[in-house]
Amino acid sequence: MDIAIIQENIPRLLQGAAVTVELTAISVGIGLCLAIPFALMRVHRNPLLRMPVYVFNFYFRGTPLLVQIFLIYYGSGQFQHFLTQIGVWTFFRGAWFCAILSLTLNTAAYTSEILRGGIEAIPFGEIEAARACGISGFLLQRRIILPKAFRLAWPAYTNEVVFLLQATSLVSIITIMDITGVARMVASRSFAFYELYISAAVLYLILVYAVLFVFRKVEYRMSGHLRSPSLVS
Amino acid sequence: MMNIRGYGWLLWEGVRLTIAVGVFSMTIAVVLGLFGAWGKLSRSWIARGIAGVYTTVIRGVPELVIILLVYYGVPTLLLDIANITIDLNPFMAGVATIGFIYGAFSTEVFRGSYLAVSKGQIEAAKAAGMNRVQMFVRILLPQMWRFALPGLGNVWMVLIKATALVSVIQLPELMRNADVAARSTHKPFTCYFVASLIYLVITIVSMLIQQRAEVWANRGIRRAA
Repeated sequence: MDIAIIQENIPRLLQGAAVTVELTAISVGIGLCLAIPFALMRVHRNPLLRMPVYVFNFYFRGTPLLVQIFLIYYGSGQFQHFLTQIGVWTFFRGAWFCAILSLTLNTAAYTSEILRGGIEAIPFGEIEAARACGISGFLLQRRIILPKAFRLAWPAYTNEVVFLLQATSLVSIITIMDITGVARMVASRSFAFYELYISAAVLYLILVYAVLFVFRKVEYRMSGHLRSPSLVS
Repeated sequence: MMNIRGYGWLLWEGVRLTIAVGVFSMTIAVVLGLFGAWGKLSRSWIARGIAGVYTTVIRGVPELVIILLVYYGVPTLLLDIANITIDLNPFMAGVATIGFIYGAFSTEVFRGSYLAVSKGQIEAAKAAGMNRVQMFVRILLPQMWRFALPGLGNVWMVLIKATALVSVIQLPELMRNADVAARSTHKPFTCYFVASLIYLVITIVSMLIQQRAEVWANRGIRRAA
């Protein structure tokens, strides 16, 4: 085992870790913004609102993320002419944009299904009570339904964020230098395969358990009303 | 747009290999899952420790990194420490790795399904004088399947999608062949889109089979209405 080669490449791997965190944070952020309207459409009574989201979610949850990434990154080349005409080709040419786009759409599909589960698990009495108090429409969504749905969906959402963090490793295949990308590049140059992949694995483990730690803390804070008050304060 | 000029057979070959990888790795995953669950519920702290480390580490590291580690790392590691040269074939490496990864996920499934079997069943088996193997085969396993099926179905769905990752170690499964077709036809979108639809069909068929299997597994359960 060649410890020196790991030590030598720690700065590079840490840069890769920063890229991984950045990719995850951006996709989770935008994905969540998309997922909230998607989830509300998904539970809507009108099939014209419900069906498109159903099909979108089914497609993105039923196909491998790697195919989605290739479809966007390499597949967009087939429509180069059209994309140039409408002026968005510069975005699709870059790996970074395509990576974010595919990760975002993927996590939006999973997150909106998780949120849908949360929304459907809300006891109807709470919505009835809100209506009785004269709360309806947007206010009902914002004050009653979404906060409760989030709280119910939080553990599942934690898993989704962890899965996305791990899924970002796939974008190394389209030349992005995240943790896996750096490890692959250095490994193929130095032939120190297991040293680098083990270091990459350790970095991912740290990131994953850091995310879990933060999300569990948030979960604890959100569930304060469910804990019985302790006698010794 | 859907014309892929004679590359259909290449994708078909890929589908067969994808399903083969999926079925073989799922078998490994189920076996490992049973052992893992046994370890996690064991009274021996060594077994608990090993099973705990297994599920914790595997679930915290991306599949791609583990696949690369096994395919490229293990031969070099063996060469370094024991001076053994081995030549891993991509199929074996892919199946073993995916099976090993999803074994960790099915460990949790089996652990949950073991806990769902009511205590009285185990006490009754003991009272009837069964030894531990008999108890497992005759009492626990038949009942655990019923609780484990939905979870195992989910593991299978994720696993079959994860098989796309073994394309990075040059195994000519569906994803890899779609890639080859995309490069030769210069129609990347068409080829990958067709591949994605094939994955979708596999998912839909799996869902239907899972539903049938669950109905079958629950045939002995009385339900209102």
